[in-house]
Amino acid sequence: MRAMPGSRRRSALPGFGPALGFTLFYLSLIVLIPLAALGMKTASFGWDSLWATVTSPRVLASYRVSFGTAFAAACANAGFGLLVAWVLVRYRFPGRALADALVDLPFALPTAVAGITLTTLLAKNGWLGRYLEPLGIQVAFTPLGITVALIFIGLPFVVRSVQPVLEDLEPELEEAAASLGASRWQTFRRVLFPALAPAVLTGFALAFARGVGEYGSVVFISGNMPMKTEIAPLLIVTKLEQYDYAGATAIAVAMLVVSLLMLVAINGLQSWSRAHERAV
Amino acid sequence: MSQSLDWNAALPAGTRARSRADAEPRWLRALLIAGCIVFLGLFLVLPLVAVFVNAFGAGLAGYAAALVDPMARSAIGLTLLVAAISVPLNTLFGVAAAWTIARFDFPGRNLLVSLIDLPFAVSPVVAGLVFVLLFGMQGVLGPWLTLHDIRIIFALPGIVLATTFVTFPFVARELIPLMQEQGSEEELAAVSLGASAWQMFRRITLPKIRLGLLYGIVLVNARAMGEFGAVSVVSGHVRGRTNTMPLHVEILYNEYQTAAAFAVASLLAFLAIGTLVAKSLLEWRLAKQSRADAGAQEG
Repeated sequence: MRAMPGSRRRSALPGFGPALGFTLFYLSLIVLIPLAALGMKTASFGWDSLWATVTSPRVLASYRVSFGTAFAAACANAGFGLLVAWVLVRYRFPGRALADALVDLPFALPTAVAGITLTTLLAKNGWLGRYLEPLGIQVAFTPLGITVALIFIGLPFVVRSVQPVLEDLEPELEEAAASLGASRWQTFRRVLFPALAPAVLTGFALAFARGVGEYGSVVFISGNMPMKTEIAPLLIVTKLEQYDYAGATAIAVAMLVVSLLMLVAINGLQSWSRAHERAV
Repeated sequence: MSQSLDWNAALPAGTRARSRADAEPRWLRALLIAGCIVFLGLFLVLPLVAVFVNAFGAGLAGYAAALVDPMARSAIGLTLLVAAISVPLNTLFGVAAAWTIARFDFPGRNLLVSLIDLPFAVSPVVAGLVFVLLFGMQGVLGPWLTLHDIRIIFALPGIVLATTFVTFPFVARELIPLMQEQGSEEELAAVSLGASAWQMFRRITLPKIRLGLLYGIVLVNARAMGEFGAVSVVSGHVRGRTNTMPLHVEILYNEYQTAAAFAVASLLAFLAIGTLVAKSLLEWRLAKQSRADAGAQEG
C-alpha cells in the first residue's frame, strides 16, 4: 500500500458500512470459505498420510519439475524482460508501439490456446521443431518444452515491472557517471543495474510464482511422463480423477504454503524496491 | 548518416537528447533492438500467426464446420454465459472494495488488500480443487447437497464459482490505485452540497473511474473466458453441457482434430487481440486523462 496523504479517515463520505460489508461478504463467499474448506479437509485427512503423500517419490519429482522449470523460465525472463523493457523505453523504432502492446499477449491469450500452439510449433514436424530436431534439440515433451511455455506465460511480468522504473530514472545519474569518465558498460553495471535490480527481482518472483502453479499452457507440451515431465498441478488433477481427494489435497496444501511464502516475499520486495526508489 | 537511423530522433519533447558519452554506440542499439524484435517475434508473433494458419488447415469450409458444430456452439454459449455472470459480480465487488479501501482508513485495511490478492497466489488447479472439496460428493457440504439434489460441481454453478475465484482481484486492483490517486475532494464537495450517496456515486465517482473500470472489466473478461485449469477441475467435461471453449479446444486437440481445435482456439485468439486493442486504447485515454487532471490541479 502506498501511504497517501489522503488516506486518513473521511467519515463525511457515505457508504463505508455497506461497501465494507459487501466486500467482506463477497470475499468470504468466493475466497475465504472455499480456502477454509481446504484447511478443514487437510485436518480431517491427518498429518501422517499427508506427509506420506507429499514425500512420495512421484510427488517429489513433480515438485522438482514444477519448481525447476519455473525457476529456469523466470531466470530467462529476467534477462529477456530486461532487454525488452530497455529497448521499449530507451529506443524509438518502427513498430515500437505494436511491440509494447503485444507484450501483454500472454495475459490475454487463454493458456490452453498457448499450450496447443507452442506444442504444434515445437513438435518434431512443427515450424520450429523441424529445425531443432536435426540439431539434436528436442523441446516438446521435455522439461525444456515446459520451460519454453513458462517463458511465454511469464514474459509480461518482468517487462511490466521494469518499464515504469526505467521511465522514471533521472538522466542526470547517467550523465554524471559519464562525465566522471565511466564507460557505458560501467555506467550500466554500477549505476543503472542497481537501480533496476529490485524491479527485475519483483518481476522474477511474480513470473516464478505464476510458473509454479501454471497448468493450461504446460499440460500439452509437457508430455506428462511421471517422474520426468509431470508437473505438480497435473498430479493434483490425476489424483482427483482417481478420487484420491486426500492425495490431491496434500499436494495442493504444500504448493499453497510455498505460494503464500512467495507472496509474502514479493510484497517485501516491492516495499523494499519502493524504499530503494525513494533513496535514489 | 541520415536522420532516420537516429533512434533518439523521435524521443518525446522534454527528454533531452543523449550525448555520445551516456548513450550506447549505434551498433549496440541496433543489436539490442534486433534481439528484442527476434525474441518477441519468436515467442509472441509466431504463435499468434500459427493459431490462424492451423485454424484454416482444413480450409475455409472446415473452419466454418468446426464453429457451427453443435458441441462447439454449446461451448461458446457456456463460455459467454459464465462470463456474463462472473464479470458483473467481480465488477460490483471491485467497485465496493476500491471505495472502501481508497476512501476510508480502518484497522485491517492492509490485510484486506492482501486477502484480495490471494487468488493470484493460488494455482488455478488448486482454485478448482477447493470447490470440489467444499461441494463435491466427498466434500464438506457434499452429503447435504446430495440430499437436496443440488448440483454445484460438474455443473454451471461450479464453473461460475471457479471462474469468479480466479478473476476475483482484477477490477479491485485496477481501481484502488486509481481512486487513491484521484483523491476525494469532488465527492466531498458533492456531499456537502447535499447530494445523496447514489447521486454522488453516479454523477461524480463513476465518470471519474469509468476508464479504469472498463480497463479492469476488459482484463476480467479475457481471463474469465479463457480460464482453463480451475474450470477443468470442476467441469467434469460433459460434452454439450459443461464444456467451455478452452475445454472444447483441449478435447478436440487430444482427439487429433487439430484443425477444428485451432478453429475454436482462433476465436479465443480474436478475443485476446480485441483485449489488447481495447487495453491499449484505454491506457492511452487514461494517460491523457491523468495529464488533464494534473493540468487542472496546477491551474
